[in-house]
Amino acid sequence: MTHAIELRDLHKHFGKNEVLKGIDMTVDPGQVVCVIGPSGSGKSTLLRCVNLLETPTRGKVFVEGVEVTDPDVDIDAVRRRIGMVFQQFNLFPHMTVLENVMIAQRRVLKRSKKEAEAVARENLEKVGVGAKCDALPGQLSGGQQQRVAIARALAMNPDLMLFDEPTSALDPELVGDVLTVMRKLAEEGMTMMVVTHEMGFARQVADRVVFMDGGVIVEDGPSSQVIGDPQHERTRTFLHRVLHPED
Amino acid sequence: MAEQPKTAEPARARLSPRKKQQISRGIQYAILAVLLVGVILYADWGSLAQNFAKGEVAREALPDLFTIALRNTIIYAVGGFVFSFVLGLVLALMRLSQVLPYRWIAILYIEIFRGLPALLIFLLITFLPLALPGFEVPFGTYGQGILGLGLVGSAYQAEVFRAGLQAVPKGQIEAARSLGMSAFRAQLTVVIPQAVRMVIPPTTNQFVALLKDSSLVLFLGVSGEYVELAKFGNDLASQFANATPIMVAGVTYLIVTIPLGYLASRLEGRKGGTR
Repeated sequence: MTHAIELRDLHKHFGKNEVLKGIDMTVDPGQVVCVIGPSGSGKSTLLRCVNLLETPTRGKVFVEGVEVTDPDVDIDAVRRRIGMVFQQFNLFPHMTVLENVMIAQRRVLKRSKKEAEAVARENLEKVGVGAKCDALPGQLSGGQQQRVAIARALAMNPDLMLFDEPTSALDPELVGDVLTVMRKLAEEGMTMMVVTHEMGFARQVADRVVFMDGGVIVEDGPSSQVIGDPQHERTRTFLHRVLHPED
Repeated sequence: MAEQPKTAEPARARLSPRKKQQISRGIQYAILAVLLVGVILYADWGSLAQNFAKGEVAREALPDLFTIALRNTIIYAVGGFVFSFVLGLVLALMRLSQVLPYRWIAILYIEIFRGLPALLIFLLITFLPLALPGFEVPFGTYGQGILGLGLVGSAYQAEVFRAGLQAVPKGQIEAARSLGMSAFRAQLTVVIPQAVRMVIPPTTNQFVALLKDSSLVLFLGVSGEYVELAKFGNDLASQFANATPIMVAGVTYLIVTIPLGYLASRLEGRKGGTR
């Protein structure tokens, strides 16, 4: 079986700073994999290497069997199949919600205006912001903006989705709405790689949890094991700090 | 520790801060009054009015002041503005390009045309037909004036656009690219529209600057139907040996530039409100 994502011996340097020190991991189709770890552990960089927002210094990235680190590959075509959701939402502030979700369909997939609008409305409805089509992003709450961003990615009919700390910039009371949408996606069988600090979500929704620290994968296994019964001391220390911050 | 002696007393002897302020303000008013009286007594108001604000001469300026001079000023300024808007955007994109020679060319252009007096550019333009035999700037004098204003304006406008393009957050490009847009497409649909919106206030100021610089058309040796405000005022002034037409032209500039200046600062104040 072809992996949805396969990373082989991935290294990334920023100048002298080595952020990723040889990562090997896979995500299979339909799987939800959560990547957890302390800040600065390289988890966001890892995620951004999958669709080449960061170019790995060494190693290979395969998406659905295609080596995307091959210089000859059409990276735009690969990215079309990979939805990405950012911590800061990154909606286009000069376009309405509807236009945000339509623009790439129109310009990249060359869908007709009518089709793009239908797809956009359907996806906005799905994430619960169907009533906000004509609003500008700046008029929405963070939770609504992030759900629009998810709809924007979904409108491209991606094969897999990357989430880069999607709830970290949200007020606590808005986190739930976004997680609910993500959970629904997972239940529909979407392949997802999620960098997150939401341990509850990781434990309940993820098939696998990967714990990173210092640019390497420390522990990789079923969520119940990595979070419920971690095998490594570093994982235990991290989880203890996250789950009992006041100890 | 021993008890401190009371030290509040010494200040009493001197003036209180409020009193000092009052005296200082009184002196400032006095100086102003003396200067005003001096100017009023010294100036020959009759002669000034005769030379700078003579009613009959001012009337001579109408209606050509508006139908020819102001109209041409606006033609030169708007033409130069469109020119510098387009070329400025291209230069800004070159300035930020990954291709090193593009950056060099843009930097060279911007430095040269910002560093030279605009007047020099206009003088050089008059020599273009000599330098390039058979070459003619399209649209005659209008073309020459617009070319001069555009060449200079685009160097400034390029820097305005560069600031705007750089102010668009990197995440915007990342979002566009991760949706499968090419780098070019991302610039076109996501970055440039936001950059243009952001630079509307400084661009309005650029337009005001161009409007004033259009007076340099004077040095292209224009005449008749091509004259703009400065040349128009200057010609009439020579004809009547009276400065009133220049004053009239000046007031006409202000009628346009002051509202535009207010517009620019209002737009500036509103910036970011929609974000």
